[in-house]
Amino acid sequence: MLLKKSFKGGAHPPEGKHYSEHKPIETAPLPDTVVIPVQQHIGAPAEPIVKKGDYVKTGQPISKAVKFVSVPCHASVTGTITAVEKRPHPLGAKVLSVVIKREEEDQWFEDYSKATSIDDLSVDEIKNRIQNAGIAGMGGAAFPTHVKLSPPDGKTIDILIINGVECEPYLTSDHRLMVEKPDEVLKGIQILQKIVNVQKVIIGIEKNKPDAIKILKDKISGLKNISVLPLNVKYPQGAEKQLIKASTGREVPSGGLPMDVGALVHNVGTAFAVYEAVTFNKPLIERIVTVTGEGIKEPKNVKVRIGTSFKYLVDFCNGYTENASKIINGGPMMGIAQKNDDVPVIKGTSGILVLEKKQADLPEEQPCISCARCVDVCPMKLLPSHIATYVEHDLIDDAYKLGLFDCMECGTCSFICPSKRHLVQYIKYGKSQWNKKYRKAD
Amino acid sequence: MDKNFYVSPSPHIKDRDSIPKIMYSVILALVPAGVGAVYFFGIRALYVIIITVLSALVSEAICQKIMKRPVTITDGSAIVTGILLAYNLPAEVPFWLPVVGAFFGIVIGKAVFGGLGFNPMNPALIGRAFLMASWPVYMTVFNTVPKNGTLSGISAITSATPLNVFKHAREILINSSSFSTQQVTEATNAMSQFSSSYGSLFWGKVGGCLGETSAALLLLGAVFLMYKRIIGWKIPFSYIGTVALLSWIFSGNDGLFSGDALFHVLSGGLILGAFFMATDMVTSPITFKGRIFFGIGCGIITVIIRLWGGYPEGVSYSILLMNLTVPLLDKFSRPKTFGGK
Repeated sequence: MLLKKSFKGGAHPPEGKHYSEHKPIETAPLPDTVVIPVQQHIGAPAEPIVKKGDYVKTGQPISKAVKFVSVPCHASVTGTITAVEKRPHPLGAKVLSVVIKREEEDQWFEDYSKATSIDDLSVDEIKNRIQNAGIAGMGGAAFPTHVKLSPPDGKTIDILIINGVECEPYLTSDHRLMVEKPDEVLKGIQILQKIVNVQKVIIGIEKNKPDAIKILKDKISGLKNISVLPLNVKYPQGAEKQLIKASTGREVPSGGLPMDVGALVHNVGTAFAVYEAVTFNKPLIERIVTVTGEGIKEPKNVKVRIGTSFKYLVDFCNGYTENASKIINGGPMMGIAQKNDDVPVIKGTSGILVLEKKQADLPEEQPCISCARCVDVCPMKLLPSHIATYVEHDLIDDAYKLGLFDCMECGTCSFICPSKRHLVQYIKYGKSQWNKKYRKAD
Repeated sequence: MDKNFYVSPSPHIKDRDSIPKIMYSVILALVPAGVGAVYFFGIRALYVIIITVLSALVSEAICQKIMKRPVTITDGSAIVTGILLAYNLPAEVPFWLPVVGAFFGIVIGKAVFGGLGFNPMNPALIGRAFLMASWPVYMTVFNTVPKNGTLSGISAITSATPLNVFKHAREILINSSSFSTQQVTEATNAMSQFSSSYGSLFWGKVGGCLGETSAALLLLGAVFLMYKRIIGWKIPFSYIGTVALLSWIFSGNDGLFSGDALFHVLSGGLILGAFFMATDMVTSPITFKGRIFFGIGCGIITVIIRLWGGYPEGVSYSILLMNLTVPLLDKFSRPKTFGGK
């Protein structure tokens, strides 16, 4: 059978990239206050090691990882800690956070300008630097990077896939990073390559970023083992399993991990952060955020300190348009809507999307007409309409049998549904109901 | 400024397509065949179409009023039902017949199950089946000789639709001993002349229900719906393919594999049924394999009825019967989950 350079299913939501794709990255001035949640990653929360009244310098650790699957956080400005308390978190709920009032320009905790050659570092030293720098997947899922780089014994990884797909509509932070910092991204990739010791690296980029494809292709021309793979534009191509399928033809088993098929996927943003962390021993205190959408007066790609409030960034982009009525951490397909703009940018905040009223209005749900579009687009080859209907009628066990937990919540089904049914929303609810029913002990 | 925002779970954007857009696309796709019907059968065809559509709309509105639900007749689904039912009627029916048929189709075929999306069978075909069973005479009289042509050379047999001709001729040939030599000769002639009637069948200059005769005009609409991705290729192609294959194998006079496949594909309601009724979203499977099996099943039943059943045509019943298998087809043709065993 022919190796298909794509995955089955998927859809073409309006891209919305034009608002910001050609806007060079701007550095936001330092905010007066930052709010840094101690949990910005998947895994065990880090424990705060500072208290109210402490003076911290930029880059200074303010929380420590107490378990392997955890990463520390660092002060992103220089100033005094005014509170260590629960604050609203962009992923929902309130999370223990360290609030720092900035008092002066950056006083660096350590000197982060001296470059170390990676040849002078052992793999373990590199991994330590990555964990100590607080790096968690920058694509949005925020899984601690050093954990992903430490496959258990018996799992061999033979291919490293770098995710430059950025299939979420509107977002352009990875795109700009590839265009403006290709050398750093490539060095980061080589560090990742050294850690997992693989001979083959594929950088997957969707064809709607021809400039990024060209620059990276030029840059890798002298390098063996690394190739750039242009991919047809289709959501959710950047989902880990779909990207592996599209670039290698391998299918990660249900419930399994990429390492089960010998693959490892890292985001280009992560590669960049790894480069800075390993080469300069610099902690992750800033990232690139796309501030965009119909509700933003002047969309921009902004380099911003972790902990900066959404409001501050929106103001930096000249504020809201008149009809702005929804603000989202992330993109329109999987991002999380915020009640207000008083939430901080975290390590996984790839974008802040503001939509207008007519986009935010929820159309009324109509009955399912079995058009099967959700079935046709589901990248996991599920029957979303059936699963959702079972959940709707509280038949959680039947929903489970149809692969409830294989759903990765990409939202393509809800997007495409002509009846405007809340398919993925039912599925998410179904998962929580199933967990309530069967995982009480946890 | 303390600004509060709308909060809802992702995704935050929706495709622009909607039920009304789909329904009105189907209506648009059915227009060429309707224009053809008026051309072939006269203005009476238009009256029948209008009466059927209005009856369907009124029936739906009454049901929704009684059930205290929002009246959604503007979504286009009742119009589609009305048009499809009208296309399944001879142009000569008395005008009360479509009223009764549309009412029955909408009430018994759709509303009692909960309205749009919940009906197990195609409401237009339920209406037609009811009329066929109750007033078969009105439903099978095709008085209007189509303008500009008939099936060449078969006027000797007094039936108006090509499939009727076929059915009679086939009966005569199978039991040739009990018919006169002249009848057998005529039947043989008729059978051998079907191949010269492809043009009439394709363009629609033949007798039949008012919307089913012109393959060309129906295909025009079908191509549009396929382009708009409202119907797929799986059901119509597997359906028509099955009919072609089985009629080639079984419908001939000279033993197996001597049948006229093209004649069977082009005549009767197959094109209308395969592209516009078997593909009805609500009453067809949602899985890839399910749709293929659904089409094959429709094809088998159609050929059985046409060749060995009591009616000359089997499209409507085949679709209605296969509608009932949809839950099972979906259940047993679930696609392998990504990464599943």
